[in-house]
Parts: sequence; structure tokens; C-alpha cells
Amino acid sequence: MKELRYAFTIASKDVLTEIRTREVLSSVVIFAVLVIIIFNFAFGSSEQAAGLVAPGILWVTFAFTGILSLNRSFIMEKEEDCIEGLMVAPLSREAVYLGKFFGNTFFILLIQLIVIPIFSLLFNISFFNLELVTITILATLGFASVGTLFAAMAVNTRARELVLPVLFFPVITPVLIAAVNASAQVLDGQSFGAISQWMGVMGAFDVIFIVASYLIFSFIIEE
Amino acid sequence: MKRKILFALSSVLILLSFYMVLVFVPTEIDMGIVQRIFYYHVPLAWIAFLAFFVVFTGSIIYLAKRSTKWDNVASASAEIGLVFISLMLITGSIWAKPAWGVWWIWEPRLTTSLVLWFIYVAYFIVRGYVSGEERKARFGAVVGIIGFLNVPLVFLSVTLWRTQHPPLTIFSGGLEPPMLATLLVCLVAFNFLYFYLLSERSMMKNDERMLSQIKETIARRNA
Repeated sequence: MKELRYAFTIASKDVLTEIRTREVLSSVVIFAVLVIIIFNFAFGSSEQAAGLVAPGILWVTFAFTGILSLNRSFIMEKEEDCIEGLMVAPLSREAVYLGKFFGNTFFILLIQLIVIPIFSLLFNISFFNLELVTITILATLGFASVGTLFAAMAVNTRARELVLPVLFFPVITPVLIAAVNASAQVLDGQSFGAISQWMGVMGAFDVIFIVASYLIFSFIIEE
Repeated sequence: MKRKILFALSSVLILLSFYMVLVFVPTEIDMGIVQRIFYYHVPLAWIAFLAFFVVFTGSIIYLAKRSTKWDNVASASAEIGLVFISLMLITGSIWAKPAWGVWWIWEPRLTTSLVLWFIYVAYFIVRGYVSGEERKARFGAVVGIIGFLNVPLVFLSVTLWRTQHPPLTIFSGGLEPPMLATLLVCLVAFNFLYFYLLSERSMMKNDERMLSQIKETIARRNA
């Protein structure tokens, strides 16, 4: 339980830094809206097109913005050598992973909370119901689980902005497929029964990769 | 000595497989001559997955024991696996065009292989962008483990996404004895080839590492 308390301390430190600097949130939200608008140009804005491509656009946007905020979470530590501080602090590497994982989950959810209303407004689609909230949370946990691990790795390479997406996109394929299809079905008027399989895929992904990343994280920030 | 035996066995068997595939085996009635690529396509797929499984286990053992020998095995196997999965995608496409009328379909097995291809390309991108032999090995191992854990989830999600399987006439009625014999010869030949390549390549990597150590020592002595 001590580990969890440390993790929350790290996460709240990240949140506090963000509140003071507003570095990530403002630019990422602008980026997200831009992506949505560009997709809108690409696919046309007729109601038919919107119904067909909206879930895809939404999840591709979240995957892109996820990359940005995940990358920031470790670049920030690296730039001022804060990662050294985290390493010498009397806490386990696993607590560092959990802290970063909580922080990243929180940030991605927060971005979604801002972007989804804008998206609904631009595409004339109502997005707020219990099914979609559940899908969003499950998918975000999946993004953040491997995302935190890969971001820690990418920041230690020579081409961090390139390495994270190249690793992240193929691995989150199951989450992306599940989230897009489940949201499409919910927008079609289906409820939990119809999307239970997709929920299962995302749930399994979350459990497997939170545990695996938790166990393997210490090998990444060793030195 | 062991490698010489492996080399001899795989050479003889590959030559035998040429004869069996091109001369011995009767032409399939429905698909005609192009079906002969099947005898190479299936062993390529099998070896690719075997190779990635070896990457997975080699990576775990490397992280547990930290002996470069196991990293050499894992990275050599990843190289071979990437070559074989690329060949498998290419032979599959060549077969798909006359059999299904298209070069590519988003069928579960094809899509899973494509995602895997990207994961193991990322494996080499990460290794390429990291400095230091030891860190290369560590980061590679992490990707090797996470990437392989993902295989069942990718397959499951793609299967749910594309439930319509194309009819695979090959497996429905079972294989005629001469066809089965040919397939088995190819499978055994490719297995020997894989283990020959693996031992040769990991040996080469051992030598490379030893050589660079010797060079370093000399450079230090001269300095």
C-alpha cells in the first residue's frame, strides 16, 4: 500500500506541475481539435459521413494526442534531470511506473473530457452515455499502460518523437479496434450486451499490460 | 561441428523440397499451379512464429541472467523472424491474387501477421536508436516480451472485427498423402534451416562483440 501512496504522490506532482505550467494540456487540446477539423475536411461533413467515420476519427485523434502527452511525461523529467531525482528517491521503480501511469491516465482522460464535447458539437453527435464513458476509460487505461512503458524507453533513445509512435501504434491495435467498433455500435443505439466482447478485449489488454509493464518497467530506467 | 551438420541437413532437405514441390507433388485441381506456393508459405509462417517465440523466451532469460549470449540469440532470432514473416506476407499475397482475386484482404491471420511485422520492425528501430550495447539489449528485450504478449490479443480483436473467414479449401478436406508429405518435408527443412541460421547468426554476434572488446582494449592501451 505504501507503493500506491508513493505513486499518488508522483502523479499529483505531475498534475501540480501541469496546473502551474499549463504546458501540455493547452497545446494538446488545440492539436486534438485541429486533427478533428482536418479529418472533417478529408471526409466531408455530411451527416451520413459523420455517422460512418466519427468513431474512427475520435479514436485516431485520441491515439495521436495520447502520444503527445505520453512523450511529454518523460521528456519533462529528462530535461531538468528530474529523472535522477526520482531514481535516487527511496521508492521502488514500480512505484515510479504506477505514478506515471496514474498521471498519464489522468491527463489523457482530461483531454478527452475537453475534446469530446467539441467533437460532439462539430459532428452533431451526442457522445455522453454510460457505455461510451466505460469504453473511454477502458481504452485509456490500455493506452496509458504500454504508453508509459514505451515513453520511458523512447526518452532514452536518440529519436524520441519517432520511437514512441513506432512502438505504440502496433501494440495498441487491439484496443484501437475494440474502441472504434464498440463506439460505433453504441452510436448505432446498442447497449452493453452487444459490446461485451469488445469490453472483454479491452479489459484483458488492460490487465495483461498493466501487470507486464509494472513488472518490466524497472529494466528500462536502470542506470 | 553441430553447425556443419545443421547446414548439411538443411541444404539437403531444401533441395529435396525443391524437387517435391516442383516435380513430385500433383497440381491441385481447383487452384492450379499457384497452390504450390502453399508448401513454402506454411513453413515460413510457422518459422516466423517460432522465431518470435524464441525472441520472447530469449528476452526473458536475458533480463533474468544478463548474459549477452541470450541477447544474441534473441536478436538473431528476431532478424530471422522478420525475414521469414516478410517472405510469408509476400508469398501469401502472390497466392491470394489468383485464389481470391486480390493481393490483400483484412483477414485475421493476415492482419495479425502485418501487425507483428510492424512490432518487430520497431524492435530494430529501438535498438538502432539506442546507444550502448547493454542498453540496446535491455530495450530490445522489453519490446520482444511486450510484442509477443500482444499476439493473442491482436488475433482475437481482428477475428472479432472480421468474422467472415475466406474459405480455406486447403484444410477443409484434409490433404492428399503426397501433398502432406511435401508439406512435412518443407516444414522439417525450414526448421533445420532456422536453427542453422540462428546458431550461425548468434555465433557471429558473439564474435562481433568480442572483436569490439578487443579493439577497445587495444585503443585504451595505445592511448
